[in-house]
Amino acid sequence: MSAVPEKRPIPDRLGTSFTRALASWEVLLLGVAIAIFIANSFASPYFLNAWNLSDATFNFTEKALIAFAMALLIISGEIDLSVAAIIALASTAMGAAAQIGIGTPGLVCIGISVGLLCGAFNGLLVAGLGLPSIVVTIGTMSLFRGISYIVLGDQAYGNYPESFAYFGQGYVFWVFSFEFVLFAVSAVLFAILLHATSFGRRVYAIGNNAFAARFSGIPVERVKFILFLLTGLMSGIAAVCLTSRLGSTRPSIAQGWELEVVTMVVLGGVSILGGSGTIGGVVIAAFVMGLVTFGLGLLNVPGIVMSIFIGLLLIITISLPILIRRIKSGNPA
Amino acid sequence: MNRILKNREILLFGIIAILVAGFSSRAPGFASPKNLAGIFNDTSILIILALGQMAVILTKSIDLSVAANLAFTGMAVAMLNAAHPELPLALLIVIALGIGSILGAINGLLVWKIGIPPIVVTLGTLTIYRGMAFVLSGGGWVNAHQMTPVFLNTPRHVFLGLPILGWAAVAIVILVYIMMVSTFFGRALYASGGNPTAAVYAGIDVGRTRFFAFVLSGALAGLCGYLWVSRYAVAYVDIAAGFELDSIAACVIGGISTLGGIGTVAGTVLGALFLGVIKNALPVIDISPFWQMAISGAVIILAVIFNARAEKRRGRIILRDKAAKTYSEATA
Repeated sequence: MSAVPEKRPIPDRLGTSFTRALASWEVLLLGVAIAIFIANSFASPYFLNAWNLSDATFNFTEKALIAFAMALLIISGEIDLSVAAIIALASTAMGAAAQIGIGTPGLVCIGISVGLLCGAFNGLLVAGLGLPSIVVTIGTMSLFRGISYIVLGDQAYGNYPESFAYFGQGYVFWVFSFEFVLFAVSAVLFAILLHATSFGRRVYAIGNNAFAARFSGIPVERVKFILFLLTGLMSGIAAVCLTSRLGSTRPSIAQGWELEVVTMVVLGGVSILGGSGTIGGVVIAAFVMGLVTFGLGLLNVPGIVMSIFIGLLLIITISLPILIRRIKSGNPA
Repeated sequence: MNRILKNREILLFGIIAILVAGFSSRAPGFASPKNLAGIFNDTSILIILALGQMAVILTKSIDLSVAANLAFTGMAVAMLNAAHPELPLALLIVIALGIGSILGAINGLLVWKIGIPPIVVTLGTLTIYRGMAFVLSGGGWVNAHQMTPVFLNTPRHVFLGLPILGWAAVAIVILVYIMMVSTFFGRALYASGGNPTAAVYAGIDVGRTRFFAFVLSGALAGLCGYLWVSRYAVAYVDIAAGFELDSIAACVIGGISTLGGIGTVAGTVLGALFLGVIKNALPVIDISPFWQMAISGAVIILAVIFNARAEKRRGRIILRDKAAKTYSEATA
């Protein structure tokens, strides 16, 4: 294993074919979303109804909130598999606080702070100690959820204050839920952060070549730490929404969400190897996944069978561009 | 470097011995040969699974689908046994190995031929395989009374103080050890993880080696499917949920580097036994089993930190995952 960086092709201008390929992925995805939408409206007479569609958004808004931060993290070449466990821990902390009578603002603060703390812990281990993020977050995934199990065992927390229900069940305007508005606002904020700030450029630079980024004066560790913090923050916010929507906390809350979040990010055209991807793609991917699960739900397909589709979707969407690139370059072997 | 690794296994063995001694001072009889044999037997499935995981991790990959593979294969052989009680057990075990290998080969092909990162492939197949177990069984259970006595009792049969299940683990440990130290494939596993570029120049097909590592991991997971179902005398969709993390934990604790190329069979076995001792000790010292998950997590993190320290002495590795990326691009 040598410390010398190996040759890696980096486009010196984000020129024509590169951006076109990215654009076409998002356009393709949009086409898939529309096709699923049309198929759903034919498959079930209950689909085309403003309130039903509004309900459908709850399937993906919370996951998408995390997916935005995860997209940045994956673009930078890291990954966080502990996001679902952070939700469990944050939700458990809020539940415990609710039992001793802390009000809604306090609960929200607690949920978000636990998220931030967990993110900081991951960031410290990965950016601070230079450990591989996959293994570290597999460890913290088991640690965070394990703490929830220690606290709750086979019990559950309920009795949240009535006003707390707003975050997961409230509507801002007509059929637009609080969660959906939060999703839209976060999408815009993250799009600005990634695509219009120097911080965003740094994330791409690190993902493309952390070695060169370091020599360009980018504080690689600090950027990665901030990204883990951001992922923790969004997981905390998602925990507030999910706990508020369910009205109860069990240690198994949000089990398996890390997979769906990663799937959403990758489906949105973010390269799992880092260095490329857009927030716009992740937004469309969120709609695609939401529509698929909602449509299958209307057709009474059990959740575990849906997960087969999600898994297939993940593998197929990653294989397709690789296979297409290979055929284009005339080397189908 | 060899000395550090050797020290590590002795160190781990020492820690386990201290743990056992500590627990037996609280609960007399914990260190009795009978109880220790029980712990070994209880950890057998984890040991077998972790050895497959080790082969995969050595090649710089990871297999998150082992537990789902176990659940699917376990369900398949249990249903086959319930539907056709006349089939001999040996055939069922061969079928379990076969199904497991096929599921492992699917992972391996996606990694080898398409070049998808292993973590993504196995995250996907993890849900697919477990979903298939649901589709296969329709969500139903196969209970003890539907299984034949031979199917159920063979792994429990005690031979020289240890049940056959434990002996199966011993046999597989020996087989994998021989494979690791004295076959081309075993050395290729180390080479393709330690330095993929050099491995290619040495005439090793890194992609193929990875593929066979996944097949091995799958085959062992399939075997564990049968062992699990017969040991717990029930098959349902959610058996061994999250067990893939235990297998990775065993490897990481045993000193298998997740960057590939470093690790031994003894380390993996000791890593699994470490988890097994803790799991069996918790009820003995009156700690709720709900603590186990958090303890595993904390131990994984500590082991990763410890491993990184041990590897750092050889010089800091910058851009460690870039080598693998360049490799996969080169073969793409």
